[in-house]
Amino acid sequence: MPEPFRVILFVIFAMAFAGLNAAYLVWCERKGAAHVQRRIGPKEVGPYGLLQPIADGIKLMTKQLFLPKGADPILFMVAPLMVMVPAIMSFCVIPFSETFVAAEINLGLLMIFAFASVNVLGLLLGAWGSANKYAVIAAARTVSQNVAYEIPMLITVITMVMVTNTMNLNEIVRSQAGWFFHWHIFRLDISLLMPVSFLIFFVCSLAETNRAPFDMAEAESELIAGVYTEYPGMGFGVFFMGEYANIVIGAALAVILFLGGWQSPIPFSPEGFLGVFWGLFWFLIKLYALIFIVIWIRWTYPRTQFYQLLNLSWKVLIPISLFNLILTALQIKIFPWL
Amino acid sequence: MNGLLQQDLNQETFILNLGPQHPATHGVLRVKLEMDGEYIVKAEPVLGYIHRMHEKMGENRTWVKFLPNCGRMDYLSALSYNHGYVAAVERAAGIEVPERAEYLRVITVELNRISSHLLWFGAFVLDLGGFTPLLYAFDDREQILDLLESVTGSRLTYCYFRFGGVYNDIDDSFITGTRELIKRLRKRMPMYDALVTKNIILIKRLKDIGPISKDMARRYGATGPVARGSGINFDVRKDEPYSVYPEFDFDVPVYEEGDSMARYMVRMDEIEQSMRIIEQALDKLPEGEIKPKKAVKLVKPEKGDYYYAVEAARGSFGVRLVSDGTNTAYRLKLRSPTYSNLSLFDEASRGMLLPDALALMGSLDLVIPEIDR
Repeated sequence: MPEPFRVILFVIFAMAFAGLNAAYLVWCERKGAAHVQRRIGPKEVGPYGLLQPIADGIKLMTKQLFLPKGADPILFMVAPLMVMVPAIMSFCVIPFSETFVAAEINLGLLMIFAFASVNVLGLLLGAWGSANKYAVIAAARTVSQNVAYEIPMLITVITMVMVTNTMNLNEIVRSQAGWFFHWHIFRLDISLLMPVSFLIFFVCSLAETNRAPFDMAEAESELIAGVYTEYPGMGFGVFFMGEYANIVIGAALAVILFLGGWQSPIPFSPEGFLGVFWGLFWFLIKLYALIFIVIWIRWTYPRTQFYQLLNLSWKVLIPISLFNLILTALQIKIFPWL
Repeated sequence: MNGLLQQDLNQETFILNLGPQHPATHGVLRVKLEMDGEYIVKAEPVLGYIHRMHEKMGENRTWVKFLPNCGRMDYLSALSYNHGYVAAVERAAGIEVPERAEYLRVITVELNRISSHLLWFGAFVLDLGGFTPLLYAFDDREQILDLLESVTGSRLTYCYFRFGGVYNDIDDSFITGTRELIKRLRKRMPMYDALVTKNIILIKRLKDIGPISKDMARRYGATGPVARGSGINFDVRKDEPYSVYPEFDFDVPVYEEGDSMARYMVRMDEIEQSMRIIEQALDKLPEGEIKPKKAVKLVKPEKGDYYYAVEAARGSFGVRLVSDGTNTAYRLKLRSPTYSNLSLFDEASRGMLLPDALALMGSLDLVIPEIDR
């Protein structure tokens, strides 16, 4: 297939994947929450409530787009897109399978983090644009939270780049080929603190995507709906989809960096076309397992207090990740044959 | 132009309207917060959104006709309010209550106390952002409501007590059901302990948060778990014994710390103590009448001034009756515990961060219709 068509096709796929994921992750979240809470969850619309997300989408789309008094119309409308669009862009470099990737660029990892930083700007502008005190409080929290958690996250990523010697996501996955103990999370020979790195990365990605127990952007029992307080209809819907797309990106990165990406746990892969699906299958299994843990955490723990959140980052995660960076560097330099 | 920019840019603080429609106020309470960033400078509770003039209603209807109103003040521990009013009128009019009826009152009131504490537990953790314990607590509470429904006929706004007794006798299924419930709750409480109380996030959010000193609790007249969490050993059931409470062996949990965690622990311990009382009451339950042989038809207390206090789930509920010898009250004053407990919120919340202040507010266990009456 000629290159431009392939990319366009893949962008369409990425958008569809992001949209469907957002819709059906909401369904999974509601069903998962229901099971945690010994309820049934959505069941009326379609079998097992499977059409519920579509009904919700139609409901959100038919709602009036209401501009609150004193709001900044441009910022108010643009902000949801600033959360959604970068997330979709990030899908373009994620290798779903060895050959199933829109653009295998050498700076894939950098690109994802560049786009991920736009997310918080969208939340800040949306809150400011909606001229609501609760929203502004939430936005102030979100910004300082994101700044705090980006640091340990990036330090951990730098550690991984040091280990793999590349920023190409597909190369990172290829370097983990073989049995499951070749995945980075189990490679204690590269860095003794590898599982800790994974944990730091996972916690940071929870905080970056504003998920419980770090959901300061929403904090529904304190700030009504936080940043989203004034958003009606699809404005809120797009924010919501962006949030879920960001969760998928975060989990996908964790899978790629630590859990072997599309590699299967055993060194076996069918040839040709089937191999694409074999990789896709393992990638999605790992991805959704991580997302399930994210949902599970949300429905188990209460929300942290804001200063504890910052303390956790500045006093615990950053020192550990820095120590980890130095330790890994030493281990690579002193025992280069490993 | 942006609404936020239109305000005076020189001002240091801003006003945040918490409520009357806000998820954390559990009803139509409005708190006007003066904020400096996220720090609270001043908190002014604004009451009256659900004021229904219960005291005035008590003054222009007969003693009996006021009975259903009692269940509509604190809808979560309605039976304690039944008890307070009925017992006050009994004291004023000199009506004797058969012993079995007193036992039934104690059993149902304590069941109601457990259900109220369970609901508070769920709602409080919900305030802190944990959604799941609410539904577990409601699951348990449902069983209690089923039991109470079988004997009182209603599930929330009970009107079970009558002057001189209770309206309905309990049967064997109620007794076995209650014993099973206690067995079930004893299994569930360790689970709540492991799932919620020992959770590090919860501990960090409650320990040393919203301290209320002994002195502050006294000055504002705080009672119930709020006072007991501040080290004040005061429980109407022990200190001004009424009904048949002196016959039971139970402890009054008191914690010295005065923080939100202490108030949390007091309520969790009280559930266990209430279960002990119910067990003993079921064991000792005497046979006999549940209402006077000759029905009380006309209540006309002697001229005078009467006061009767009971320990409701949220603290001391007092009824002051002034009778002029007719079939209506001259004055009916209801002292509700949360009104006093809320009044210390302003002083206690100064300088606190908003989420901490909401944890404090949740730990006060507010029921708004009871504050406004």
